[in-house]
Amino acid sequence: MLKVSIYRYNPDIDSAPYMQDFQLDTQGKDIMVLDVLEQLKAEDPTLVFRRSCREGVCGSDGVNINGKNGLACVTPLSECVKNNTLILRPLPGLPVIRDLVIDMAQFYAQYEKIQPYLINDTPAPAIERLQSPEDREKLDGLYECILCACCSTSCPSFWWNPEKFIGPAGLLQAYRFLADTRDTATEERLSKLDDPFSVFRCHGIQNCVAVCPKSLNPTQAIGHIRTMLLSSGT
Amino acid sequence: MAVTNVTSFGRSGLSDWLVQRVSGVVLTVYLLVIAAYLLFTPEVDYASWKELHSGLCIRLLTVFAVLSLAAHAWIGMWGVLTDYVTVRLMGPKATPLRVFLQLGMIAVIFVYVAWTVAILWGK
Ligand code: SF4
Ligand code: SF4
Ligand code: FES
Repeated sequence: MLKVSIYRYNPDIDSAPYMQDFQLDTQGKDIMVLDVLEQLKAEDPTLVFRRSCREGVCGSDGVNINGKNGLACVTPLSECVKNNTLILRPLPGLPVIRDLVIDMAQFYAQYEKIQPYLINDTPAPAIERLQSPEDREKLDGLYECILCACCSTSCPSFWWNPEKFIGPAGLLQAYRFLADTRDTATEERLSKLDDPFSVFRCHGIQNCVAVCPKSLNPTQAIGHIRTMLLSSGT
Repeated sequence: MAVTNVTSFGRSGLSDWLVQRVSGVVLTVYLLVIAAYLLFTPEVDYASWKELHSGLCIRLLTVFAVLSLAAHAWIGMWGVLTDYVTVRLMGPKATPLRVFLQLGMIAVIFVYVAWTVAILWGK
């Protein structure tokens, strides 16, 4: 029997959050954390969590699994269970709506700030803006982000200043557009990042790198932004 | 993204960051120089210490190191205070407390710099 301890909080009836313990017979199978949640929800329909694709694509089921942020759907028990115990909590640092569901508004607000779309005011060509394969390659390791928030909610700098520090996810996307040769707003983008908080609250703790389920490297992207700021001399 | 940075050291996050790196290097160099002196001087006493600090080079290096320390400490402490002594973590009393702590830091840093100059060039 696997012991599963889950953070429960329903603001309508609970005065404070608490941890609820469940016992689950996994029949010795190495299932995913999301399967555990689904099976427990069959027993207790009041248990609430987000999920959609159940294959690591949509980014909706980021949770804190035995102390480490990750996607429940692609984390097998063999990778996370210690002492036959699975502890599930909501991603830290953002307000809890109910059980494992958090309010991601702050996270998206930071994403919105970096203008996550191509800006190019030259006349659009007849078909599409072409890019050489080499230039396209510069976006590898950046465009794959699924905005699961595992990184930003593991970053102490984001915990302390979520309204001022863009956080690893937003900064990875900021660099994705800075690195795009089809984008013409590089200088404007950089000038908006030059304050002491947006980028420079990153202290290179690298929690973000350690948890990203897509194996992306926000710290490296942040380093590139710093270098660009340095050479643009803003 | 316009964040009020009146209380940060420089005009931008980038300049703060640069000052932090450069002052770090200056402090490392100074520490190495002093460590080398302590290691390779057979007998360190008041006379030899005074002798060391009679040179203009070492005096300038010392002043430079203390100024670096002042900048480094200010930027670093400003970062720590704006992480932890915030309205978000402590409620409304955080702002006056942070202003108080920052004024205290300015006072301490000023005294250290002035004291250094007084020691090096005083009678
Ligand atoms: S960088 Fe990784 S951890 Fe962060 S939001 Fe994107 S996919 Fe998730
Ligand atoms: S490297 Fe920077 S962004 Fe990543 S967790 Fe650390 S402080 Fe946060
Ligand atoms: S359910 Fe879509 S990423 Fe896990």
